[in-house]
Amino acid sequence: MRDSEPIQDDPAAPAVEIRALGKWFGAFKALDGLDLSVARGERLVICGPSGSGKSTLIRTINALEGFEEGEIRVNGIRLTREPAAVEAVRLRVGMVFQQFNLFPHLTVLENCALPLRLVRGLPAAEARERALHYLSKVRIPEQADKFAAQLSGGQQQRVAIARALAMEPGIMLFDEPTSALDPEMVKEVLDTMVGLAAEGMTMMVVTHEMGFARQVADRVIFMDRGKIVEAAPPEDFFARPREPRTQAFLQQILRAH
Amino acid sequence: MTAPALARTRAAQPSPAMHFADNVDYPPLLGRPIVFLPGLALLFEALRWFGFGATAIGRGLTALLHLSGLSPAADNLVVAGLATLVVGFNLAVVMRLRLRWQVYVVWLELALLILVFFYSFNLSFEFIQRKIGFLITQGLMMTLIISVASISIASVLALLGAMAKLSSNGVAIGIANFYTSLFRGIPLLMQIYLIYMGLPQLGYVVDAVPAGIAALSLCYGAYMTEIFRAGIESIPKGQWEAARALGLKPGATLTRIILPQAMRVIIPPTGNQFIAMLKDSSLVSVVGVWELMYLARTQGQSEFRHVEMMITASMIYWLFSILLELVQARIERFYGRAHAR
Repeated sequence: MRDSEPIQDDPAAPAVEIRALGKWFGAFKALDGLDLSVARGERLVICGPSGSGKSTLIRTINALEGFEEGEIRVNGIRLTREPAAVEAVRLRVGMVFQQFNLFPHLTVLENCALPLRLVRGLPAAEARERALHYLSKVRIPEQADKFAAQLSGGQQQRVAIARALAMEPGIMLFDEPTSALDPEMVKEVLDTMVGLAAEGMTMMVVTHEMGFARQVADRVIFMDRGKIVEAAPPEDFFARPREPRTQAFLQQILRAH
Repeated sequence: MTAPALARTRAAQPSPAMHFADNVDYPPLLGRPIVFLPGLALLFEALRWFGFGATAIGRGLTALLHLSGLSPAADNLVVAGLATLVVGFNLAVVMRLRLRWQVYVVWLELALLILVFFYSFNLSFEFIQRKIGFLITQGLMMTLIISVASISIASVLALLGAMAKLSSNGVAIGIANFYTSLFRGIPLLMQIYLIYMGLPQLGYVVDAVPAGIAALSLCYGAYMTEIFRAGIESIPKGQWEAARALGLKPGATLTRIILPQAMRVIIPPTGNQFIAMLKDSSLVSVVGVWELMYLARTQGQSEFRHVEMMITASMIYWLFSILLELVQARIERFYGRAHAR
């Protein structure tokens, strides 16, 4: 048993601090002794080939995946398997999925308002108001009473962003938010994310949108085989990649775009 | 309106029942002469072969048309021919109606046929009139009490069973697996006897009605456990992930996010179960509960009017099954509203 420590924000701690993180899927080591520190307000873009562990990495941060080795701290709170610790971390971390994962039986407004009522305990009217506020922020308030299936992919993903933002987390995780979108809808979602970055939100974004990385990221990290191979500000990362694996990856991805 | 124009208006308003509306207008199967004509010939030959003219309906037709002078063989031929013509004409008319009306008309015609079939039994309607009040106030009421109570308890058992089977608790999984295996595995009749006559061996004397409700609940709860489990499992993992990532607790995730979606999958087979249970509640009559089937049997005995009572009871069961079907359709519409574009 690990000794328990109080679940409390540490104002001096970085937003996310990961030390020697290790995770297996059976015999496959998905994350291999990974270290990473994300400062408050930092915008981090994570890229890498498929199977490199980048999605697994951000899914471990809000306990959608477990891990076997190392340590994760969010705002100084250590993420264990204790319900209180997991709940505290999830309140501080918002997540946007590749497949949107909107609740299809609820309207757009209810998608955003229901978690506010159930998790934050807001009264219905207040939850509605806050949900509408964040739907306006992603420029979609007029769709509030529609069901998810009636929206385009880009609109659905913007609702998903509003739903996560409405919980007012300090950190936002994005797991390939534009990979399931038709090309003409990628921009509206990226624009929303750029707006969010401008407001100082701490963001960790798994994406292959290198234009977005150039424009928004404070730091780009390249992962391969469960390890961080290279981490650099975007100007250095794209102009002077040091590692051969990064160079090969960038060559491939930039040729494709 | 020209035929293509008619076809276009039909295509523009596909029936709500149609799951996949194709955009190819194949000629309707029954409208093809190659199906229609041999079909009628077959019908005629079958009616003739089975001596339709000698049946109650055939004799009725003969009397109606004052054909009594004919020989039995000729009479049979004429009646079979007439019946075939009626069916053919009827089909030709119905085929020209809109889909919704086709459904209604065919349904009513078949219902009418069944009623004529019953009418041919020479039933004593006076006897039915005399007894139907008691059949409803005592028999139907008891049947409804047993069914509603069993349906409610079975639904709770099913939800508990499904949650146990999907949990990570070995004891719960073991209990749930044993439960569904046992109560799906032995006949319902036996379960009723076991509870009514077996439990007293342990010192618990159970009244007939609670024993019946317990047996029905346990049996149908076991079937419905599997329906609920499959329904919950049909919801993509991403829904759990999204809800949990937003901070919803497991219970809230299940009741507010997963179950409402699973209902779309759960409702149709559950409606089936409810209709089956309504009629299986008649098995409780073996332990002397005065429900519909028990009364139908005993009331008919006194004057040797079994058929009257059995048919009356059957019609009441049928009416309430239709009611359940209508309720099921409404619930399906409610849970499907997010998918109606």
